[in-house]
Amino acid sequence: MREIYLDNSATTRVYPEVLEAVRHAMEEDYGNTSSLHQKGLDAERCIRQARDTLARLLKVQEKELIFTSGGTESDNLALIGAAMANQRAGKHLITSAVEHAAVGAAMRFLEEQGFELTVLPVDQYGFVSPEGLRQAIREDTILVSVMYVNNEIGTVEPVAELAKAVHEARPEILFHADAIQAFGKYRIYPKKLGIDMLSVSGHKIHGPKGVGFLYVDSRVKIRPILYGGGHQNGMRSGTENVPGVSGMALAAEIAYRDLDEKTARMRALKQKFTEGVKQIEGCRINGPEGEGGAPHIVSVSVEGVRAEVLLHALEEKGIFVSAGSACSSNKPAVSATLKAIGLPRELLDSTLRFSFCEYTTEEEIEETLLALKELLPRLRLFRRK
Amino acid sequence: MTFTAFLIKYAEIGIKGKNRFLFEDALVKQIRRALRQTEGEFTVSKASGRIYVEAEGDYDYEELMEALQRVFGIAAICPVVQIQDQGYEDLARQVVSYVEQMVPDKKITFKVDARRSNKHYPKNSMELNADLGEEILKAFPEIRVDVHKPDMMLHVEIRENVINIYSRAIPGPGGMPVGTNGKAMLLLSGGIDSPVAGYMIAKRGVKIDAVYFHAPPYTSERAKQKVVDLAKLVSRYSGPVNLHIVNFTDIQLYIYEKCPHEELTIIMRRYMMRIAEEIAKQTDCLGLITGESIGQVASQTVQSLAATNAVCTMPVFRPVIGFDKQEIVDVALKIGTYETSVLPYEDCCTIFVAKHPVTKPNIKVIQASERNLEEKIEEMVRIAVETAETVWCK
Repeated sequence: MREIYLDNSATTRVYPEVLEAVRHAMEEDYGNTSSLHQKGLDAERCIRQARDTLARLLKVQEKELIFTSGGTESDNLALIGAAMANQRAGKHLITSAVEHAAVGAAMRFLEEQGFELTVLPVDQYGFVSPEGLRQAIREDTILVSVMYVNNEIGTVEPVAELAKAVHEARPEILFHADAIQAFGKYRIYPKKLGIDMLSVSGHKIHGPKGVGFLYVDSRVKIRPILYGGGHQNGMRSGTENVPGVSGMALAAEIAYRDLDEKTARMRALKQKFTEGVKQIEGCRINGPEGEGGAPHIVSVSVEGVRAEVLLHALEEKGIFVSAGSACSSNKPAVSATLKAIGLPRELLDSTLRFSFCEYTTEEEIEETLLALKELLPRLRLFRRK
Repeated sequence: MTFTAFLIKYAEIGIKGKNRFLFEDALVKQIRRALRQTEGEFTVSKASGRIYVEAEGDYDYEELMEALQRVFGIAAICPVVQIQDQGYEDLARQVVSYVEQMVPDKKITFKVDARRSNKHYPKNSMELNADLGEEILKAFPEIRVDVHKPDMMLHVEIRENVINIYSRAIPGPGGMPVGTNGKAMLLLSGGIDSPVAGYMIAKRGVKIDAVYFHAPPYTSERAKQKVVDLAKLVSRYSGPVNLHIVNFTDIQLYIYEKCPHEELTIIMRRYMMRIAEEIAKQTDCLGLITGESIGQVASQTVQSLAATNAVCTMPVFRPVIGFDKQEIVDVALKIGTYETSVLPYEDCCTIFVAKHPVTKPNIKVIQASERNLEEKIEEMVRIAVETAETVWCK
């Protein structure tokens, strides 16, 4: 059966070139970057080249990039590392109600360690208000973290304005952006946007899993969270993941090729899809439409059908998507984002996420719409009474 | 002290009269099966009413105990020192040396329990008890005798070709060896109760097959995988389990369409029992096993149980029928199925569960509702049975 993969915000298929680069690094450049001999040097050259590529794409300095094991570690390093290093200046942290768990749970950990946390609400589209942020900033605020693109409903947060609000209040307050869903879809220049720290993951941009990076402005002091051999200037001990890092850098480079055309195409597909969905009875789109939303994420709530059932029904037709929140009778894992935008209770368990990539075709969108039209009336026959 | 031999004690097998050898052979077979996945080389042998496990070379003691403690029919596992008969002097030396090694702190009480099946041995049991006791007292001044409640019961068995010295008995799971009591079909869901029920019936020597009702897209592949995992966990005790996976979606939807909503669960369960019994017949099973416990949910009231039971002609074994939930959980924790059972994948999506299901179904009313299904149901059941997929879980 042909596959329609619309779960690209969960993870993506690697580019064939990336696969080749990873294989090459594993087979040829297998040295340890810390080794003094030629093999070590070859491996180091791979890392340096990757650093160079990524620094160029973000317009930052090479030394401002720390390679990590992925998005979660990048977020943890940014938040825990910055909070620990700056706690003498204050212990107040600010974040939003729609963050990924890698930020949310790290913030709660810091709260347990004696930090104070303010969680900013969002409006019905998931936007954080710069004015609300301005008002939340206190004397002892040291760190603000707001995501670039929301992973569930695609909201593009006004990070430039948020960063500006933060730095106008006090320049030394750090602004972190989780850009895991945004990188590779937007040209992100942290210095221009006023972002002090930025998290990125490799596998959301057709790169390998288990690798990511954190940009940290050279003026920012953070403490490492991993201790050991002092790799990467002591900021992230652990032998560098040469295949992963090379693969990620190449994936980023490919993603940036014709980026504007690719995102324009995704946006057109999204447009087509959302319009189609809105014509199906009892369906609604969550999150902002137009430029306020990311080009590749569509959140759909479907009245009267449980997300997990629809997900598996689509799966039977070879269409792979995500459930907004997991269907479970004993442990309702309700999505914080969907709750924060005020989605009616009965829809929390009826929300699916469709996420596209540059490989997504118009035909696939049409087939998915067709499948929804066919399945929904049938599934709606059976509901709990 | 490192042991290389273990004496396997069994309880109920001993009372099975002329069939005793059948039970012993089954136990030997089950022990061999359990040890196949254990690191090390072992021989399992049966010698004059005793079963021994001997390790050849290196092995992991903890792992061996864990494996043996999963073999039904074993009452206790005794690490044993085996010596050849080289006269009483040698025996006395060996016994003293055994105590020396087994009890670092000699401030304990003991009692010698000697037996001889080799009636030609120069000393009888009473003499052996007294003389060996004296040797031990002589060797360790701090040790005391207590014939009523000794800290250490030192067994010395003089057999035809070997002498066994042992004092420790590690409890086994009890029960009877699997394969000595026919085969039954377990209705396995993803919950806590049914794996426990399967374990308990297997413990009585019954071989287990299992049936699972899968309802895609209402239940996920992960829920199915979870049931396969549970069957594998049960198979660590019961031996390999043939898991029959029945696609139940169409029947479920048909019932939903044709029958009153509050009766869905009861009618569904009645069809599950019918299908399970049909597969049971085809696979030489002689009974059904369920994890039902009186009053736990609406479909497990006495009235509901009677209504589901009415469709079967085979006996239905419900070993946890009188257990409280916590008692079932305790067993699940002990046998290691609990963690898997509580994984949050639904095995039966709640769409098919009425908010207010009948708790006291009237069988006549249920039968009347089922008549609405007459047109297609027989064919659907036949297809469900025929298309069941079988997964070998071991």
